Amino acid sequence: MNLIKARNIEKIYSDGTHALHGISFDIKEGEFVTIMGPSGSGKSTLLHIVGFLDTQSVGEYYFNGKSFLDYTPDEVAHIRNQEMGFVFQMFNLLPRATVLENVTLPLIYSSVKGHLRETLARKAIESVDLSHRAEYEAFKLSGGERQRVAIARALVNKPQIIFADEPTGNLDTKSGKAVMEIIERLNEEEGHTIVLITHETHTAQHAQRIIKILDGKVESDEVIGNRYHAREHFAK
Amino acid sequence: MTIIDSFKMATNSLGINRTRSALTILGIVIGITAIMMMMSIGKGAENLILNEIGGLGAETIIIRPGKEPTGPSDLGNTLFSDSLKKRDLEFLKRKENVPELVDVMPAIIVPGSVSFEGETFSPDIFGGSAEFFSQAFGVFPEEGVLFSESDIKGRASVAVIGSKVRTELFGNDSATGKYIRIKDKKFRVVGVLGERGQTSFVNFDRVVIIPYTTAQTYLLGVDYFHEIITKATSPDVVDRTARDIEATLREAHNITDPEKDDFFVVTQQGVVEQIQTILGALTAFLSSVVAIALVVGGIGIMNIMLVSVTERTREIGLRKALGATEKDILVQFLFEAILLTAAGGLVGIILGALLSSGATFVLKQFAGLAWQFVFPVSAMLLGLGVSALVGVVFGIYPARKAAQKSPIEALRYE
Repeated sequence: MNLIKARNIEKIYSDGTHALHGISFDIKEGEFVTIMGPSGSGKSTLLHIVGFLDTQSVGEYYFNGKSFLDYTPDEVAHIRNQEMGFVFQMFNLLPRATVLENVTLPLIYSSVKGHLRETLARKAIESVDLSHRAEYEAFKLSGGERQRVAIARALVNKPQIIFADEPTGNLDTKSGKAVMEIIERLNEEEGHTIVLITHETHTAQHAQRIIKILDGKVESDEVIGNRYHAREHFAK
Repeated sequence: MTIIDSFKMATNSLGINRTRSALTILGIVIGITAIMMMMSIGKGAENLILNEIGGLGAETIIIRPGKEPTGPSDLGNTLFSDSLKKRDLEFLKRKENVPELVDVMPAIIVPGSVSFEGETFSPDIFGGSAEFFSQAFGVFPEEGVLFSESDIKGRASVAVIGSKVRTELFGNDSATGKYIRIKDKKFRVVGVLGERGQTSFVNFDRVVIIPYTTAQTYLLGVDYFHEIITKATSPDVVDRTARDIEATLREAHNITDPEKDDFFVVTQQGVVEQIQTILGALTAFLSSVVAIALVVGGIGIMNIMLVSVTERTREIGLRKALGATEKDILVQFLFEAILLTAAGGLVGIILGALLSSGATFVLKQFAGLAWQFVFPVSAMLLGLGVSALVGVVFGIYPARKAAQKSPIEALRYE
């Protein structure tokens, strides 16, 4: 079944900027898709729309068969909390809060009971190999570690889909690879659907499929033959 | 999200900006401190005054000459009136005129000082009946005796003095039998009153009581009284007795129109009501000043909360992306505002209690007043309630602004 169904999506901002000019694609459950394009191509706008953070001006968009307009604002918040995980280029952690507190945040907005929260958060932190940093304040961590905290936060509610907006954009090559390895593993071992945004070709190559965007239109949409596996690369 | 979550979130974010939070609540602290002090000191003053009046006895009725003063300018008029005379005493003492009156005593106030062998002291000198004073105020001689009715009739030059007057003039020596001088006239000390302190606007340690007849004839050369103090049989009949007194004196003075009375009657109930009215008006005035302080404090909080909402735009966007509803964000920011004002209220309550107990201490030690510290529980509850209310009123606008931010605008904000 198609988890995401986008048809002729256009986005015109209130200042008149025409960011998207009719974009259509489907994403199946369990897929690892990269949306690629140069800066200004509209890929972030697209991610916001598919992530229910924003709405399209024209066209139709369905997540799990339902449109943004089918939900009340509180239901949209609930879907963002339960079924979607977000990873941002700028990490967006609460700098003065500890790693554990940052990862617990989505659980506070869901109905998870207090004592269970810490167990779930520590499990998520362990899955990104940061257990030894759990009590550290976020601003004391390196960029790569921060992004791994952000990933732990994104997956703590076991969402169906994880949206990652330039997750390696602010990282050095080595940290970037570590982050990509985790994202890959989430897709292959945990079965999370991944939608990744990047302008870097080598990051895009981790996905099964690349949708290229240029000037607000889909330029190409193809499955990749020579997929790049982070772990294989490390093995070499 | 539970209340505990909101509380933790609010304390965390306020803790990050401690100095700013502390400065923000200053206005509220000052307002609530003022409420506490106002209520505590006001209540203390009221208790003090009412206690002193209580010492006079609820059945006491005082008759003063002149018109009832309605303002400070009328007071002089009272002091220089000569409308109460010996004849009035006889009218009042007749049972058929005022049936429920037990005792009547005229009082004369003598300005001046007393001296004994070069020692001089300025006490409060009263011409009256030592026995009446003793009974009405519960002060008894520690040494010697009170002068009697026959001393009054005979215009005897005798005096009963307070304990402070004795130590000032005689040191540790006995005073009875010695002669003191008031306005060049010698008075024999017959008794010394026990230590009593301040009661009913009179400090009995500082009094000299002489027969009113003597004071009239030999010291002031007048034939009128400054006031007549009377006692009714019980507090329940005070109002009726006061009316009987008025009727009797009007008849004695040939007055038909009550508007033209040349005397007025004061009952304790009336004094209590007057004092409560004055204190009430004062409290109302101070309350409006405090209310302004609290509004200013509230606007300060709103201002800082608006700055905080703008500064934390990214945080708001992130929280929304992670699944916070508008209500979650609203509650978070509202909670911060309420926590700020409630903390301000708490500090104000503690500070107000400390300052007013300090003021009480000073009044007790240095002004010698029997002032008791009152911890105003009602003011504390009021203070907490008002400060929380200020938090809600001035926190709701910034919190709504935060809640309505679109997650995208918020995440993009640099």
